[in-house]
Amino acid sequence: MRITVSVNGQSYTRDVEPRLLLVHFLRDELDLTGTHWGCDTSNCGVCTVRLDGVPVKSCTVLAVMADGHEVTTVEGLERDGELDAVQKGFVECHGLQCGFCTPGMLLTARALLDRHPDPDESQIREAISGQLCRCTGYENIVRSIRWAATSDVAESATEAK
Amino acid sequence: MQVPATFEYERADSVPHALELLEHYGPEARVVAGGHSLIPMMKLRLAQPEALIDINGLADELGGIAVEGDELAIGAMVRHTELLESATATDLFPIFRDAERVIADPIVRNRGTVGGSLCQGDPSEDLSAVFAALRATAVIQGPGGTRTVPVREFHQGPYETAVEPNELLIQLRVPVAPGTGSAYEKVERRVGDWPVAAAGAVLRIEGGTIVQAGIGLTAVGAAHFCAPEAEAYLDGRVPDAEAFAQAGRIAAEHCEPHADQRGPADYKRHLAAELTRRALARAAGRI
Repeated sequence: MRITVSVNGQSYTRDVEPRLLLVHFLRDELDLTGTHWGCDTSNCGVCTVRLDGVPVKSCTVLAVMADGHEVTTVEGLERDGELDAVQKGFVECHGLQCGFCTPGMLLTARALLDRHPDPDESQIREAISGQLCRCTGYENIVRSIRWAATSDVAESATEAK
Repeated sequence: MQVPATFEYERADSVPHALELLEHYGPEARVVAGGHSLIPMMKLRLAQPEALIDINGLADELGGIAVEGDELAIGAMVRHTELLESATATDLFPIFRDAERVIADPIVRNRGTVGGSLCQGDPSEDLSAVFAALRATAVIQGPGGTRTVPVREFHQGPYETAVEPNELLIQLRVPVAPGTGSAYEKVERRVGDWPVAAAGAVLRIEGGTIVQAGIGLTAVGAAHFCAPEAEAYLDGRVPDAEAFAQAGRIAAEHCEPHADQRGPADYKRHLAAELTRRALARAAGRI
């Protein structure tokens, strides 16, 4: 089946089997291996991407379901060579250890901050509760997202001036 | 790597189109909405539909949460996140907020739908108990038009529902009455898991006595996800701690929990009683 999916603003057309999962479409067809593939059972959340802006677990979405829709992966966070605030936050606050859960965490963090620019710790913990960090480094992940929220607020204040 | 068996894939662009496709492909076709129950089952080859009919394009047509007359109407394609965040639904019935907060996780809730949860017919599903407690009605559309089925007759066994192969669940309707309180209590082994046991309670109180009680139970082998004997016991009684504890005991007596990896049967029976008691007390406190 021929599908056209917009990924990080670029349109891709491919012939795929209907049973192909979105995670494998991204990794194997488009070579976008930033999206990781973990438990395969929609539990661990490392395969999280944004589908029309909404975080979804791409191991449980068929690629054909994304036909005509917009997907954002971790590769799409950086803009013009500038890392997104959530990426900077993970750098600043040591938000990644082995890095396996990081892409999914970053996308969920961005989606959270788009809706709630100033989340408290409990909102952050709730937002990432569908994702597992196998290093159990949650403290630093939460700190990194808070750093990004503060940075976003500072940036929009500068823009407003 | 888990890969589903091959299938034909069709996208429905309207409810009549979905019904045409169901007619065309016959009983081996399955409707896919959020897909968070069906796709994992297909990956494990526990389900091998010959065709998938994707109704995600009907999110508007089958969406929406609104009060219509003396009922709350919830579209089958409403996603869990939307129900959780709907002030209309959760102000009227806090049981929705209680339950949705503990259904899977926020990312799964972004995708999974209310209608899909009910149609999956999993004996441990949360919303099935919620809608049973609320005495909701399911609106089902088929080639001959729409029909309504009380949610308490919707589930006909594990993974079996009243929806025929050529029909589509399109909406849930919940009766709205003043003086109603509701709550949901669940015990899970870890955040986002299926329940070890859970109970929902809906109480309508007039003049200091209970005029109608609804009790929903899931994961404990309660027929049709409800506890009619305990509800009958509460009718006309003063809502107090003793009555709620006794209703819990009656509900537990009439369910048939099975031992599995989530716990032994007697523990689940204990939970059925205790969670029913707690849900009733919390529901009464919310009137």
